[in-house]
Amino acid sequence: MKPSRRITIVASSLLVICLTASVLLLRTIDRERTGATLQEVLYISSPTLLKRMSLGYDGLLADVYWTRAVQYFGDKLDRGSEHFDLLAPLLEITTTLDPHLMVAYEYGANFLAPKIPGGAGQPERAVKLVEFGIRNNPDQWRLYYELGFIYYMELQDYDKAAKAFADGAKLPNTHQVMPIMAAKMAEHAGNIETARLMWITTYQTTRDPNVKSNAVAHLNALQVDEDVTTLERLVARYQEKTGHLPQTFSDLVAANLMRGNPTDPLGHTYKLMPDGRVEVRVPDDLPFLEKGTPIGYIPPRVPKLPPVN
Amino acid sequence: MSGRVVYIASNTFREAVRDRVLYNLIAFALLMSGAAILVGQISIGIERLVVINLGLTAVSLFGIVIAIFIGIGLVSKEIDKRTLYTVLSRPVQRWEFIVGKFFGLAGTLVVNALFMALGVFAALFYVSRHFQASDSWVLVALYFIILQFLIITSLALLFSSFSSPLLSAVFAFALFVIGTFAEDLRGFAGLTQGIVRWLATGAAYIVPNFSALNVISSVAHEQPVARQLILSNTVYALVYASMALCGAVLIFERRNLK
Repeated sequence: MKPSRRITIVASSLLVICLTASVLLLRTIDRERTGATLQEVLYISSPTLLKRMSLGYDGLLADVYWTRAVQYFGDKLDRGSEHFDLLAPLLEITTTLDPHLMVAYEYGANFLAPKIPGGAGQPERAVKLVEFGIRNNPDQWRLYYELGFIYYMELQDYDKAAKAFADGAKLPNTHQVMPIMAAKMAEHAGNIETARLMWITTYQTTRDPNVKSNAVAHLNALQVDEDVTTLERLVARYQEKTGHLPQTFSDLVAANLMRGNPTDPLGHTYKLMPDGRVEVRVPDDLPFLEKGTPIGYIPPRVPKLPPVN
Repeated sequence: MSGRVVYIASNTFREAVRDRVLYNLIAFALLMSGAAILVGQISIGIERLVVINLGLTAVSLFGIVIAIFIGIGLVSKEIDKRTLYTVLSRPVQRWEFIVGKFFGLAGTLVVNALFMALGVFAALFYVSRHFQASDSWVLVALYFIILQFLIITSLALLFSSFSSPLLSAVFAFALFVIGTFAEDLRGFAGLTQGIVRWLATGAAYIVPNFSALNVISSVAHEQPVARQLILSNTVYALVYASMALCGAVLIFERRNLK
């Protein structure tokens, strides 16, 4: 074999081996440095300082921080963490660097505001974030919607929610749901239909798959809450009529109180318990439920969000 | 390592010294002494932080600039001056030439970094009047910077083996910037779907990972560096530099020098 051919073979083999080894090593390093990049946020936590340091490339840096925010929250959520301390600063840095990055405000309203485990449990910071967004993007109805959403869902401040929706409804390019929401806030704040309308609007208007999936989970939960309330009412009516509890849902069908076996949004039939309560079959697949779970049920630390489609 | 590689390496080192590469140490000394005096007067409580951040960043940037600008000329200069033909007409193989050049420049950078490290520690002593246990992590940060130099030198050599000096400098510098954001790149790749995800992840793993080699901020905050990370980074830098050198050897072996 010619010496040059031998060198080629050795160098090529070494190159392939080193390439494989470097990828494997990088994966090891990534595991060892979980969250290390994010730790750096603590060193430079001033959004204004970062904006100056970006030397005009603030759009690119905003994208970097936006990715970090999504990764941070996703990783923490997957690990069942109950502390999301860096989510707010990451979103604040992102939006200071690029105040027109609408998706960051939307993310803040949907994941910074809600209670743990589905969110970071910081509605006040989410309000500040969205208010900052409104100051910088006063013509975006979506931000008023997000603000009303936080006031309604998390802070139960219906007056402020109504004002946010009403302000958004005045915009020339507003969504048709805004005046409806403003009216509903004033009249029927707190009822299930209003909540459903809000989640449907979120689902229909967002482009973020995580936000969409979150909205579907909440819509499913609302449906189950409503179904369980209705079914338990029917069970009570059956008991009034017959003097005893039904054994199965077929008894209710036979008594002409309903037409067939009821199913939850995932297609599983509901369970009728001996004491007349109604439960879902797989509560872990239906996060955010307020009714229909077994007695003493503890939901998983990580909410199981449904696939978007 | 063959004697010929050592010979080429020592010649490369001597040449770099003759080219007054180490003169950057004067600029560095001026920068550090000026900074030490300045922060001693204007910073309250963060003198050490400023000196470590400034010092290590300067060591890194000075070294990277030297590695790129000397590295890209290692092959092309020998061709322009026609000295390469003299070397290769002797019983020296092409791979020995490339590997020798790499070790020569790496040695220059290590010596340069060690002198600059002395400057950093002198400035640190000036502002805090004593050393403390956590200062040893500064040495780890310096070690990681030297590992960065090995990678960037090998990349500069790789590019110079097939491209012009100007383009090689651009490629090497671009790869340095991209590598600094390597972890974010992998983050971006993770947000994509399907085949784009595979391609983006593959690309993100091929670029050098300089972000893991930068612990300046954490050591400035007196945070320790895990031993496992030191080991992983060491092996990674050596493997990556070897990979780039193999590429350079493969290209240079086939290059028509007539």
